[in-house]
Amino acid sequence: MSDLRDLSIADAAEALGKGETSSVELTNACIAAIEANRVLNAFITETPDLARARAKESDARRAKGDAKGPMDGVPIAMKDLFCTEGVRTTAGSHILENFVPTYESTVSANLRDHGAVMLGKANMDELAMGSSNITSYYGPVKSPWTRLGANVDLVPGGSSGGSAAAVSGRLAIAATGTDTGGSIRQPASFTGIVGMKPTYGRCSRWGTVAFASSLDQAGPLTRTVEDAAIMLQAMAGHDPKDSTSLPFDLPDFRAACVPNVKGMKIGIPKEYTLDGMPAAIKTLWEQGVEWLHDMGAETRDVTLPHTKYALPTYYIVAPAEASSNLARYDGVRYGLRVEGDSLDEMYELTRAAGFGAEVQRRVLIGAYVLSAGYYDAYYVKAQKVRSLIFKDFSDAFEDVDVLLTPTAPSAAFALGEKMDDPIAMYLNDVFTVPASLAGLPAISVPAGLDGDGLPLGLQLIAGVCQEQKLFRAASALEAAASFSAKPGGV
Amino acid sequence: MAYLIQGETGDWEVVIGLEVHAQAVTNAKLFSGASTSFGGEPNSQVSLVDAAMPGMLPVLNRKCIEQAVRTGLGLRAKINRRSIFERKNYFYADLPQGYQISQYLHPIVGEGTVTLDMDDGSTRDVGIERLHLEQDAGKSMHDQDPTRSMIDLNRAGVALMEIVSKPDLRSPDEAGAYLRKVRSILRYLGTCDGNMEQGSMRADVNVSVRKKGESGLRTRVEVKNVNSVRFVMQAIEIEAERQVEVWEQGGEVRQETRLYDPNLGETRPMRSKEFAHDYRYFPDPDLLPLDLDEDFIAGIEASLPELPDTKKKRLIEDLGLSAYDAGVIVADRETADYFETAAAGRDAKQVANWLTSNLFGALNKRAVGIPESPVTAENLGALVGLIEDGTISGKLAKDVFEVMLETGKAPAVIVDEKGLQQITDTGAIEAIVDKVIADNPGQADDVRGGNEKAIGWFVGQVMKASQGKANPGQVNALLKQKLLG
Amino acid sequence: MPLSKDDVQKIAFLARIRVPEERLDAIAGELNGIIGWVEQLAEVETGDVEPMTSVVAMPAPLRDDVVTDGAIADKVTANAPDPIGPFYAVPKVVE
Repeated sequence: MSDLRDLSIADAAEALGKGETSSVELTNACIAAIEANRVLNAFITETPDLARARAKESDARRAKGDAKGPMDGVPIAMKDLFCTEGVRTTAGSHILENFVPTYESTVSANLRDHGAVMLGKANMDELAMGSSNITSYYGPVKSPWTRLGANVDLVPGGSSGGSAAAVSGRLAIAATGTDTGGSIRQPASFTGIVGMKPTYGRCSRWGTVAFASSLDQAGPLTRTVEDAAIMLQAMAGHDPKDSTSLPFDLPDFRAACVPNVKGMKIGIPKEYTLDGMPAAIKTLWEQGVEWLHDMGAETRDVTLPHTKYALPTYYIVAPAEASSNLARYDGVRYGLRVEGDSLDEMYELTRAAGFGAEVQRRVLIGAYVLSAGYYDAYYVKAQKVRSLIFKDFSDAFEDVDVLLTPTAPSAAFALGEKMDDPIAMYLNDVFTVPASLAGLPAISVPAGLDGDGLPLGLQLIAGVCQEQKLFRAASALEAAASFSAKPGGV
Repeated sequence: MAYLIQGETGDWEVVIGLEVHAQAVTNAKLFSGASTSFGGEPNSQVSLVDAAMPGMLPVLNRKCIEQAVRTGLGLRAKINRRSIFERKNYFYADLPQGYQISQYLHPIVGEGTVTLDMDDGSTRDVGIERLHLEQDAGKSMHDQDPTRSMIDLNRAGVALMEIVSKPDLRSPDEAGAYLRKVRSILRYLGTCDGNMEQGSMRADVNVSVRKKGESGLRTRVEVKNVNSVRFVMQAIEIEAERQVEVWEQGGEVRQETRLYDPNLGETRPMRSKEFAHDYRYFPDPDLLPLDLDEDFIAGIEASLPELPDTKKKRLIEDLGLSAYDAGVIVADRETADYFETAAAGRDAKQVANWLTSNLFGALNKRAVGIPESPVTAENLGALVGLIEDGTISGKLAKDVFEVMLETGKAPAVIVDEKGLQQITDTGAIEAIVDKVIADNPGQADDVRGGNEKAIGWFVGQVMKASQGKANPGQVNALLKQKLLG
Repeated sequence: MPLSKDDVQKIAFLARIRVPEERLDAIAGELNGIIGWVEQLAEVETGDVEPMTSVVAMPAPLRDDVVTDGAIADKVTANAPDPIGPFYAVPKVVE
């Protein structure tokens, strides 16, 4: 058998089922890899003891014939945005440095209940704000990938950068992520793995530290499309504790992972391109269209006319919601407190010390666009444009089943690049943000390498609750691309 | 009669609007499953949601919606089919989320009307602007520790219905009458207990003044959190006078929030509200718009009790009560219920009379309310019944009533124990009449000589001789028969 | 209309983030860059388009009025900095 750490969830489940390995063995292999690769800084908090205990429980269950399905015994990384009972949860921020939740988020509880083994809390951009994992208070994550012949540290993307690095670097078999404007899909693209954001409302937001409530969605980062389906099945489902949770039974996602697009209509939105976008991405996109076409799909051009306004819309809506969501970090009930002579001074000093520059920037922008005299011009306007973006998609899905686009406008860049220009950094999410604004399911599938040997992903987007179509098309794309590259050193 | 403040430059009119914060009667909080009961141990009625722990989310309590709609219907107001919860953003130690979930542009209840019953028996309509649902804040205690304030979140997240009046009130009396009427309606509806001492009903008062005859409005001042009807009336009087003084001295009233200090009898600006607020309202993305369907509203409407205005009309028109008595009886639900129980099958006017002239006074003296009355509604009704069927006279009934107050016993028991049954046996009465006539020949001659009015004196003597038990009608008839032939 | 230093100061206080005087200019510059960039939305014809209130098209879920939570003072104060007994504590507020 190949390296245990290289197994997919599906393979691991099979091997566990056949008794070819144990959860403890798998878990120990991952723990050893985490310890050997601390240079990646993929984890903020490692939980090896907890992991071994859960692995043992899993093996015991299996021995009794009570295994809970394909996630049982599979070691995963948990993005540090999910509150975990008794395990420090920082959200990548100084302000929650010592926060130990007394409760378990619904997503992490669902995974635990399905038998998944949590290896630790994955590093991330502070409070999920970032596209390169450089805003973490606990230091940047280094991508396990490097450019051919160059010795430059690369970013893994963000905000789920630790999750992406852990999965692509084979420190964990899979990982949870959250995606507000691309925080699962973009790092998946940067690190050559699959990243999936389901329809808004599929995964409960209860117990997940909030960034922008109307956009935040949890999802899996895995190495295969089928794994994404298996893991989503375990994470998602209706939760009465979240008013925006979809009250529907989940379809069988894994069963939808059939690499057959015969008769499917694939839309190619011509607006998904950017001045100065590397040719490799354009070529790969064309290649993707051809693959699906060759497999029997009908491909056609569609138009999403408001695409170019998605990013500025996002940068009003998300900071506005964040400025309010982050008001609870005030030093009163939990988290960092910097003493002051008055209540207001305590607030101001606590929040100045507790939040990093990018978070502060977004909180200020958010407060500004909601403030008296500006609310209509910015916030209301943005929500109107958001309605138009939603309508663009609805119109397109009248004619096609899924859309195919690039995931990101570039491959991974070097740590230190794009650091001084916030807008250049924001452009990373230009292709992922529109589906977020519309609440649509989308998936990034690794599809090729650029000239530097760095992975590039293609994105598929489907209509509301059309995850099955998404998995079907993604399986076909995955089969056609047969991406097998791994980062060096793995 | 208009309430005017006589200033040096002329008469000033007061313009008042009230914001009543009424805690909805529910078991659990607006967005969490924690209890709303009063007086729990510190932070014992706090869920993770109320403490705004990371990742916590609000889920609406159906009952709060029902109570708001019920109240809206009781205020004869428009129920909005769609309402939206928004976040009102500001920082305060007892506001855990850093925002209050409230309703702003789209409240659940729109315009309505409250009819005031003034002391002179007249009525006056006051407009309701809106009613919206919002979360209460926690409680800060500033006096227990020398350097720190202590925070208890038990109240944080309890559902409040904020009832906003139009600026239709023109005097402290009207404001008082409005508050009492709103409280009465809430209690009839069972949507708020109206207890101002425990803070389950609080009022913010918007006051401005203008010269008599002026049509526009001048700057208004908000006086916050006044916790009794009396204080509201005092605060208005004092604040209005302050404003008149400011204007007359050539100054300008500042738009600000002030606190009423009942001990000093003054209002003063609130320090914590000095900074211009910018609440940055926006729809709460953790919640969905609330859509009410016609059936939901109709179901609540069908379950509404008879409200004071309707009840008053019925008491006047169907039972023949005076407007005054009816007004007093319906003013609070407990009195009205008491009356309805006592008056069932009896002479309602007589019951009303006993209630307003005798029972209220007696309870006042004892400083207890209707629920603690030693005379139960059933017993008061029975007393009137004994008068109606001639068992006792009205005069004796007053004595019986006194014993009822002391002992709480049923009137029939008292009459029985004390042998107070009226004498209706003609033979027995005749014997007493004969004796009285025989004992007073001079007066008897006087009557016979044509002074018929003197017959009243004989009635009194006979009643006295019978210890009040003789039936006065029969006594009268017999005396006439014997003295006047 | 670009944000001035004063505007930044005002917003920073609204957000309760202390910004040192010497950073005000730099932050005003960054915020103006972003605000200027998002202002391109002004060119979108939105006419009578309804602003999006929720991406989830379903009725607001309502819960029953039962007490299901609370009595966890220890849990809600477990992470509190510097509490006083069962209370949270903050610098004294003068009303």
